[in-house]
Amino acid sequence: MSLHRSTLAQLSAKLAAKEVSSVELTRHYLARIEAWQPSLNAFITVDAQKSLAQAKSADERIAKGNAAPLTGIPVAHKDLFCAKGWRTTCGSKILSNFIAPYDAHVIEQFDRAGAVLLGKTNMDEFAMGSSNENSAFGPVRNPWDLQAVPGGSSGGSAAAVAAMLAPAATGTDTGGSIRQPASFTGVSGLRPTYGRVSRYGMVAFASSLDQGGVLARTAQDMALVLSVMAGFDERDSTCMDRPTDDYAAGLGKGVKGLRIGVPREYFASGLSQDVAAPIQAAIEEYQRLGATVVEVSLPNQALSVPVYYVLAPAEASSNLSRYDGVRYGHRADQPGDLMQLYKRSRAEGFGPEVKRRIMIGAYVLSHGYYDAYYLKAQKIRRLIARDFAQAFEQCDVIMGPSAPSVAYDLGSKTTDPVQMYLDDLYTIPINLAGLPGMSIPCGFGDKARPVGLQIVGNYFDESRMLSVAHAFQQATDWHTRMPGGFE
Amino acid sequence: MLSLEQIARIAHLARLELAAGEDAAMQQQLNSILAMVDAMAAVDTEGVEPMSHPQQVTQRLREDRVTEVDARAIFQSIAPEVEDGLYLVPKVIE
Amino acid sequence: MTWEVVIGLETHTQLTTASKIFSGASTQFGAAPNTQASAVDLAMPGTLPVLNKGAVERAIRFGLAVGGRIAATSIFARKNYFYPDLPKGYQISQFELPVVVGGSLAFMVGDEERRVNLTRAHLEEDAGKLLHEEFHGKSGVDLNRAGTPLLEIVSEPEMRSALEAVAYAKALHSLVRWIGICDGNMQEGSFRCDANVSVRKPGAPLGTRCEIKNLNSFRFLERAIEYEVRRQVELIEDGGKVVQETRLYDPDAGETRAMRSKEDAQDYRYFPDPDLLPLAITPEWIETVKAAMPELPEKLRHAFMEELSLTAYDAALLTESREKSGYFQAVRASTSAAPKMVANWINGDVSALLNDWGLDYSNSPVSAQALAKLLGRIHDGTISGKAAKEVLHAMADGEGDADAVIEKRGLKQMSDSGAIESAIDQVLAANAKQVDDYRAGKERAFNSLVGQVMKATKGQANPAQVNEILRRKLAG
Ligand SMILES: [Mg+2]
Ligand SMILES: [Zn+2]
Repeated sequence: MSLHRSTLAQLSAKLAAKEVSSVELTRHYLARIEAWQPSLNAFITVDAQKSLAQAKSADERIAKGNAAPLTGIPVAHKDLFCAKGWRTTCGSKILSNFIAPYDAHVIEQFDRAGAVLLGKTNMDEFAMGSSNENSAFGPVRNPWDLQAVPGGSSGGSAAAVAAMLAPAATGTDTGGSIRQPASFTGVSGLRPTYGRVSRYGMVAFASSLDQGGVLARTAQDMALVLSVMAGFDERDSTCMDRPTDDYAAGLGKGVKGLRIGVPREYFASGLSQDVAAPIQAAIEEYQRLGATVVEVSLPNQALSVPVYYVLAPAEASSNLSRYDGVRYGHRADQPGDLMQLYKRSRAEGFGPEVKRRIMIGAYVLSHGYYDAYYLKAQKIRRLIARDFAQAFEQCDVIMGPSAPSVAYDLGSKTTDPVQMYLDDLYTIPINLAGLPGMSIPCGFGDKARPVGLQIVGNYFDESRMLSVAHAFQQATDWHTRMPGGFE
Repeated sequence: MLSLEQIARIAHLARLELAAGEDAAMQQQLNSILAMVDAMAAVDTEGVEPMSHPQQVTQRLREDRVTEVDARAIFQSIAPEVEDGLYLVPKVIE
Repeated sequence: MTWEVVIGLETHTQLTTASKIFSGASTQFGAAPNTQASAVDLAMPGTLPVLNKGAVERAIRFGLAVGGRIAATSIFARKNYFYPDLPKGYQISQFELPVVVGGSLAFMVGDEERRVNLTRAHLEEDAGKLLHEEFHGKSGVDLNRAGTPLLEIVSEPEMRSALEAVAYAKALHSLVRWIGICDGNMQEGSFRCDANVSVRKPGAPLGTRCEIKNLNSFRFLERAIEYEVRRQVELIEDGGKVVQETRLYDPDAGETRAMRSKEDAQDYRYFPDPDLLPLAITPEWIETVKAAMPELPEKLRHAFMEELSLTAYDAALLTESREKSGYFQAVRASTSAAPKMVANWINGDVSALLNDWGLDYSNSPVSAQALAKLLGRIHDGTISGKAAKEVLHAMADGEGDADAVIEKRGLKQMSDSGAIESAIDQVLAANAKQVDDYRAGKERAFNSLVGQVMKATKGQANPAQVNEILRRKLAG
């Protein structure tokens, strides 16, 4: 059966034509998940009964003739979107027993669209990590090479889409957590503008940087999913009250006359040649399609990693204070006093990377250090955002690599956290500025592992970005490549 | 450079118990992160407005209306320890 | 050895909104534990705060009332610390940019007007409550109160005695109720004071201060400060040093003690809350709020003094609450009795009556119109002031209006000068000795004669008339 090789758009058409039912489709994916779970570990929670019940009502809706594009489509969700009645762990032991009492806005939106919740995907604990090795539920493996990491923190979602265990999956991107795993696993990933998708019910890592988004196989599929996720929600004060575009309808705009900004800093040392070549080739392809290239500059780009490792941990240290063993989540056995309840519950519940970031965050906010670290970082953040504003005066989109290398082997970077942090230098500046960013497959590098092209747009310019990605995918077939053994 | 005493103080502030030997590893890792972060110090940020939010917008206000209903039963179904509707913690001395 | 006491107060006033400051849960007092704690109040993962417009509107009202500057932009910040009554592990408060800056509060200490400057007032959320009893060695946590909007009002350290601090607190209590932003219910914790107390030699730099937390009655506030001042003075005089710390007042022991839970030096790691955007308050909004503001007590107090020639003391009492001053003005509007007389009645008998009955001017059993009528009967000489007191109580007991009570109880005073004259003639005839004494210059004898006349007329004679006729006859 080739159902899983279809794109989401194709599945939507099949459902509408009643060539397949949502229940059949859901069963098909559930079977694939079960088959590949031992080797990929892409999911934390699967609940066939719940999913099939949703599929059944989706079929009824389709029968009644009031289906929306996503009605009946199974979608996997990163395990930090709260879904009522579903365990929502954030990849952490501290939430390993947390059954969400409510839905995230994003989950409500999928429910309204009639989509089926296929399962909760594995992730780096509290979205802190770039390799998915920081999950309390074990690492996720890359379908292209089981020795390789899938990237992170949305590694489970990326692996699930790459291995065709789901036609699409949600992710979140705080410093590259959608784009980098999309790049490592050869799928398409979009992090929208900060404020485009509600954060309500999406467990916070760093509030001013987090944004929910989508991983799928094509720009068209991302457009369909984004149309469901995006939109105003009054429960998130930072969610913008502005209309969404019809993302699917805008896909065919083409790239004639498009001005592509290529930052001169992007191809400096540090970018591995096996990645640089496919990126260059992709940009040349765009030129063939009618786009022009302008050189732009992002002079403060190199500071983005230091700035990020002050701001994100600072916000995280505060956001994660609520995990105290009092109202939900893990509680240490027999704490002798209140201090032990706190210290032991948290020490047992959080993994090493989360503890490191809580510690860094507490330190940079502490008395006497705030100005030198936190305030300084916020000022440089402004400079980084200004760089983009200046660049966008000369171009419509910015292109470059999503990551400096292809996926690396499991365990190869775990000993040096700072080295792993520095690898996020292409994705982090976008989060600091609050811009939308995307990664689409554009070739292969060392060990035949995928390479992703990053496309950065101006604020709320998702529609244009999707049409730019779509044009590339109409002219090339990188996005149709499938990892061996999963066809 | 963070000393072991500072590590202990921060761990206390963050309410994290560090196991024996964990503090030295933490010290080494935090110091290497801070060394990377120190690149910021060289930047001239004179007169630059700190940026807290990606968007230049102001707070939206909610009308003063009660919109929530009692959901104690469901919230406390996932609580570690409750009695008579209260969450229980080890005795607190104020 | 004289010591100067330096006191500043931080007052937490719960705002009278229906819902919480960052969630749609009810703020109603007294519900079963945790039934008014929403997902946001419980800090469930992924929940986010959205600011209540009603809380901001009340902060604006306060800023206008004290003549403070209402910030065009203010910022919510997180105050990070762990405590079981603080579900998020941080309190959303305002730190560097509060909603109200400056302003002042004037009030009377005895006959003297004092003005204390305010540092700031900021919006923040309340914490939950810990219950220490009956949980076999554990504490219970009720988060119904968590997220209740507070306006924390911080004074400059300008008070110099417990008495003055209490007068300030009472004036503030009266003001927040006056402008309708706080119900002032101290038993329920709607109005709580923290006192920062230090002592120094006059002219010396400020001494080390201690903060006494959560004083929820004026009496406790006064006693706690007095105790703390004594403690600090004794400590210093014995060669010790005051350490800066947070203390708790124990009303049973009548002492303050260091708070265990605040023992380690706090490092709150304030930073702007990324979940909330800058709060903007436009001049138009301020104008709208201003237009709906009641006349303020300070202004009214001065008007009573200047326009009605009332003493500062009387005027201060009359402006204790908006209801009381409204009652005074309503009585004034329907009687020609002198302002001083109206003030005396309200500050005296009516207030005492309400106090006895546990009522206030919003639900007085004697309406302003009824009191006006009663005062009219004194004014026109129908009854004596003494009889009027009886009428007031009878009216409160529901015996009818002033005229009905006077009639029923036969309290009408004798104004028939013929009848008074004959009573006087009888008294003069029967008291030749007092008459002689009076004529010999003993003024005391006159009072005794008046007393005899009043007795003979069963107290119903108009005393002014008795005086006048008696003097005339004795002179004759
Ligand atoms: Mg305070
Ligand atoms: Zn406060």
